[in-house]
Amino acid sequence: MSDLLERIHDLYDELEKHRVMLSFKGGLSPDLITVLLNLVERKLDGMEPDAKSRKRVFNVVVECLQNLYHHNAHLRAASDGVESTAEPHGVVMIARTDTGYSVLTGNFMHGGDVDHLKNHLDRINALDTDALREWYRAKLADGKYSEAGGGGLGMIDIARRSGGKLGYAFVPYDKDSAFFSLNVNVNT
Amino acid sequence: MEPLQLEGSPKTPHVHFDPVTGLLELKGRSIPENSIDFYKPLIDWIEKYSRTPNPKTALHVQLEYFNTSSSKCILDVFKRLEPIRSAGNEVTVLWHYEADDEDMLEAGEDYSGIINIPFKMIQIAEVNGD
Repeated sequence: MSDLLERIHDLYDELEKHRVMLSFKGGLSPDLITVLLNLVERKLDGMEPDAKSRKRVFNVVVECLQNLYHHNAHLRAASDGVESTAEPHGVVMIARTDTGYSVLTGNFMHGGDVDHLKNHLDRINALDTDALREWYRAKLADGKYSEAGGGGLGMIDIARRSGGKLGYAFVPYDKDSAFFSLNVNVNT
Repeated sequence: MEPLQLEGSPKTPHVHFDPVTGLLELKGRSIPENSIDFYKPLIDWIEKYSRTPNPKTALHVQLEYFNTSSSKCILDVFKRLEPIRSAGNEVTVLWHYEADDEDMLEAGEDYSGIINIPFKMIQIAEVNGD
């Protein structure tokens, strides 16, 4: 028990040290996303005086949470690898940084999709603001819907609003699944 | 033909489409997980309206936020207005954006570059999303 009590104090210290505004791990439903977004919006209202920055951060959080919801292998870590979950499952952390805000998300995905996503992120990171806008516009105009309905615009939109490069990592778990982490720095 | 009226919610916009006046309004925020479901009745309504449209149609879009899942659906709404204009009617999209929100202005410009309907960019003080 004292071990647990110590751990909660360590957790508090960690969250404080990293200026965490919100952190959540678990199953995601549309209702829960609404609650998280409401919380983020209220916190931003209280700490970010610049309306444009507030909107950019909120937009990035919306896209990141909905990416977690839509592009999700419905898996969670278990003692011997991974196990299935009923709902999409993931982790999100939003923290203040010296240059703005950091929106971090993580979730399991199918191992076979890793290359495709990695190529997409690398392509985004190689483009400047104007080129990203051009690409977004072309993808918007092509009239095609993706499975999630966004037509593959999500990551491009996130990169446009962040104004920086997308940080990412893939951790292979077993032959079928990998853990995907994304760090979006929104500079304000 | 009946007007289409939907109350706004934390993730979906207020909708008021009036077939008699030709005034169509989309206001608030559009950030649902499944935008296709939300926008289907709007697109169906416009398709039906386009058979006997008002000589003047004005679509007011006043969004505080919209997600990428909504962006394709919003484009579809605009596309459904194009035939009304080609049939000789007056159709305008009035794109409202907050003074400090250059992202929203850019989004309007992007749509205006894709859609064959005149857009009017209207700068406003602040969108009331509540």
